[in-house]
Amino acid sequence: MADDTRPLSPHLQIYRPQVTSVLSVTHRATGVVLALAAVLLTYWLASAAYGPASFARAQAVMESWFGRLILFGFTFSLFYHLCNGVRHLGWDLGWGFDLIRLRITGVIVILASLGLTALSWMMAYGHVGKL
Amino acid sequence: MTNTPQHHSQLRSKLGRVRGLGSTREGVHHWWAQRMSAMALLPLSLWFVYSLISLTGSDYYTFQAWASEFGNSVFLVLFLVATFHHAQLGLQVVIEDYVHSELWKMGMLLFVKYGSVLFAASGIFAVLKISLAG
Repeated sequence: MADDTRPLSPHLQIYRPQVTSVLSVTHRATGVVLALAAVLLTYWLASAAYGPASFARAQAVMESWFGRLILFGFTFSLFYHLCNGVRHLGWDLGWGFDLIRLRITGVIVILASLGLTALSWMMAYGHVGKL
Repeated sequence: MTNTPQHHSQLRSKLGRVRGLGSTREGVHHWWAQRMSAMALLPLSLWFVYSLISLTGSDYYTFQAWASEFGNSVFLVLFLVATFHHAQLGLQVVIEDYVHSELWKMGMLLFVKYGSVLFAASGIFAVLKISLAG
């Protein structure tokens, strides 16, 4: 930033949101969220390393309604970032750049990440016999 | 190099062209590392979510038995390495895009890079302690 007075190009908020741009921003946002999830993963593993009492405490935190809400958000973020990441890898191979494919794969990413999130939580509740 | 514009071949040294690292001197290293870790995380994160589902509601001893299995310990360590490597690469780009003060940018980059190593190392050590020492 040599000179702060230089004119800037119109920034994000001036454009009409579109499937492509919203999905792109969401990819970034979920990436940042997942970095926080990774910190929670280390906390969880460290709690087990400290022994049964602290692990039980960590499990209780995760099983509280607030913990479950956070974990649900993390689950969606993971599946979204994973599905859209595959879309990115397709682009890296030169596939899917035309508008039709961009929109179709975008909708697939949204539906797949919602579906995988729902499926995972149904399986988890089923595992503890609460479904 | 018949397609290279005249000014290109004049401005860049022959050694610089051969190295192919461009003006930032890093080439495609960051880009490639992000893709490598992403591809590793595809199977690893699916395995991890599936494992968490089957561990729902477990107590310490169930978890300890699971984490002590050789394959699970190895995959957990690989998952931690790939996750924090991928995370710090991505956060680096976010910081470089949005933080324009050089001092803040440098500070946040150091925070993210050191933090990733700290949390990855802690996670890996925790896995080793759980699986080896019980």
